[in-house]
Amino acid sequence: MASLNKSNFLKASASYLPLIILFISVFNEFDFNYLKIENFSFNFVYILVFYWTLRNPDSLGYFSIFVAGIVNDVVVGIPIGISSLCYLILCAVTAYIRNITLSPNFVKDWFSLLFTMVLINSIQVIIIDLIFLIEISYMSYVVNSGFTFLFYPMFFLIFNALSQIIYQKKND
Amino acid sequence: MATGRDDFVIAFRSAFLKKKDKQKFSLLSLIILSIIVIILSNINFKPIQFVKIGINEIIYRSSYIASKPENYLQELTLKIKNHINLFENYKDIKLELENLKQEKVTNNFLKSENEKLRNLINENINSDEILAKVLIDRESPFLKSIILNKGTKDNVKMGMAIIDGVYLVGQIIEVNYTNSRALLLSDLNSKIPSVLAPQNIQAVLSGTGKNYGIIEHTKDDIEEDLKDQDVIIYTSGLGGLFKPGIPIGKISKYTNNKVEFFSDFTQLDYVKITSFTFGDTK
Repeated sequence: MASLNKSNFLKASASYLPLIILFISVFNEFDFNYLKIENFSFNFVYILVFYWTLRNPDSLGYFSIFVAGIVNDVVVGIPIGISSLCYLILCAVTAYIRNITLSPNFVKDWFSLLFTMVLINSIQVIIIDLIFLIEISYMSYVVNSGFTFLFYPMFFLIFNALSQIIYQKKND
Repeated sequence: MATGRDDFVIAFRSAFLKKKDKQKFSLLSLIILSIIVIILSNINFKPIQFVKIGINEIIYRSSYIASKPENYLQELTLKIKNHINLFENYKDIKLELENLKQEKVTNNFLKSENEKLRNLINENINSDEILAKVLIDRESPFLKSIILNKGTKDNVKMGMAIIDGVYLVGQIIEVNYTNSRALLLSDLNSKIPSVLAPQNIQAVLSGTGKNYGIIEHTKDDIEEDLKDQDVIIYTSGLGGLFKPGIPIGKISKYTNNKVEFFSDFTQLDYVKITSFTFGDTK
């Protein structure tokens, strides 16, 4: 009986794993900045949201993503709502790709991420710099997008493995 | 052609409006909500400000708890590194201590002379200090700031200086009830009126978004003056927020006019939130 309860708990926890990772990463502003490599940063949340909303849309709720965006804005110190808008646009793109794609293709997804990042970073820069008049480094955005794009395949493999574990547990 | 456009419209409409089984909200409604939140956060309306402060309070505290394991790991790495470099550090520090002892003798004399001269012109600078703990020091690539555990209930106000030991590290830009946010000198939006010593040149120290600052608003031929010598940057006190003479950083002859801050912003643990009052009364 105890082992049955334990296995139910594990199944439930496994399905919440992407959500837990999302919130841990926004609370911690997870981007390996502490490695102190100059001009190095990437946006882990973009990769996470892009992968899970594209491949397993039921793992991350849109409302949770909206709340994660608010948390990210408060932690980073930019006006509230900007990250939420960016994450949701990312979700919209993934939903659109899902609707028009019959068989998923990694390379197409990868380049869609690049296109989407260019779009949402442009929106973010317009809002922060031109509307709120907060000075930001455009180069940081370019570098950040570049590294996020380069890191996607690595996290794709990790998330694929994680996804298999989650769905195996669910189907057990 | 028409079919292609119809497909696009259907896919687009489905992406924005259709709710999946597990989604309680449609994307469009949440995107509209985000835009409303962005507009509201820009409006200086008291109830909205209270809600904003409430959200900040909850998230700062949660972030502090959530980042504890990561902070612990970072501290552990630093401790191990320090332990490994112990002997090398000891030799460097011993040499530095000798130099400092010699400088201290001269400085004591200059300090007392400075006080005497200030008394002669009846100029006094008083300061109030509040010791604060750094709750969050996330090094975002876009904005450089820290969250402190003191807010309006401890009389923290906008614009107060943040001092680490004797070095200036930033200023308060947002105050909540129990915590506040300080903008670090390294942020792109940070501009501090400063003076370059020993040349005594007035300038503005700007953050770059990286771990160094740059000197702005000086004469064009300034670079020639600074060539081949070490320059110390102090606050000039011109803005009226900071007292003059708080050390900020230095430009070494090898650093290409980049200002290296004296304080390591990634290692801030406790800082002093300081306000200065200027007057001729004692």
